[in-house]
Amino acid sequence: MIALLISGISVLALLQFFVSYCHALIAESRSYKLSEQTREICGVTTHATRSDEFKRLLQLIAVCPEPNGDQNQVRAISLYFGLLSLIRTLLGWIKPAVGQWIDSECNGCAQAAIVMLDRRIAYNRLLMARQMGTQL
Amino acid sequence: MSPADYGFWFLVSLTEITGVVCAIRHHALRRYLAFVIYLCVAFSLDAARYVISQTSGIESPQYYYFYYYSDTLLTIMLFFVLINLYARVFDDMGVGKYLRGGALLLLAGTACISYYMVNASSERLFTHFALEISQNLFFVGVLLTYLLWGAMVKMHENRSRVTQLVLSLGVYFSACAANFAVLNLHPQLAISKYILQITALWLPASWAYTFTKVPEEGRMATARVLAPNR
Repeated sequence: MIALLISGISVLALLQFFVSYCHALIAESRSYKLSEQTREICGVTTHATRSDEFKRLLQLIAVCPEPNGDQNQVRAISLYFGLLSLIRTLLGWIKPAVGQWIDSECNGCAQAAIVMLDRRIAYNRLLMARQMGTQL
Repeated sequence: MSPADYGFWFLVSLTEITGVVCAIRHHALRRYLAFVIYLCVAFSLDAARYVISQTSGIESPQYYYFYYYSDTLLTIMLFFVLINLYARVFDDMGVGKYLRGGALLLLAGTACISYYMVNASSERLFTHFALEISQNLFFVGVLLTYLLWGAMVKMHENRSRVTQLVLSLGVYFSACAANFAVLNLHPQLAISKYILQITALWLPASWAYTFTKVPEEGRMATARVLAPNR
């Protein structure tokens, strides 16, 4: 009985801690101001990024050389996005209740992805500018 | 040991060493000494577990005893890590002495209660004590971490590094407590072994990430972590 109670409470605590941990990872990106170049490349017109753009953003990240090895961060966000997609698939029947929350979390992941892309674009522009400078 | 066991053992040991290197490289050794000591002890115990598994076999009682009792030792060390985090959060209030005393009292109490619970039911084996105490210690860890997280939210704690370390510890404690409770209910459950290995990987990996990517001076409102759309 005690073991059952402990497992139940622990699973609930695990969910809350894990979601909060993921929020902490992507919190920084929520207030980030995107550059015009990134908006243009990604075709983003509104302030918020939609979750259905996440896969396309990952593809764009993959073709952009990484600054300071942020690949682990990309993996962590992809993992969280995958987990949310799985929950959405499994709990599709209670979509009205949980769906909104999952959508907002997925949007957060997409926002984090676009911020990473923005940093990579800025890094590549800097590299190009340096290269041009040395050639001249 | 199966190839998967070898793989996990190697990966966990490598991540623990990476955690130590990241802490040293990013000048977190002095400030987060309890974390580094924990990782070093965890690495040493992993090496000892490997030696025992090779000499006595992974199914032997020696390995079983050593595994669970070394795990208990590591959990107790995690309490010191937690006390360190408490001291950091309540730094300005000057209550560190009381916190340390309270946490040690709670730890001793948990060990006594676990012993009493196992001793009271004579049909159980004494080795069951190891499982029982692990489950209870991890659960006390969950409660203490939850309490700390609640206090951080109330006090508007905004240090990103501390926030991430507390949350990663919370994930670890709750995953382990749930796993040990399930293992207590179904001792033969095969998946528990893999969950244990994944959780063992989580803590050094998340700490290494935090030491590397989150600067000591980084700030983030806890309210944003709880309700990011606000």
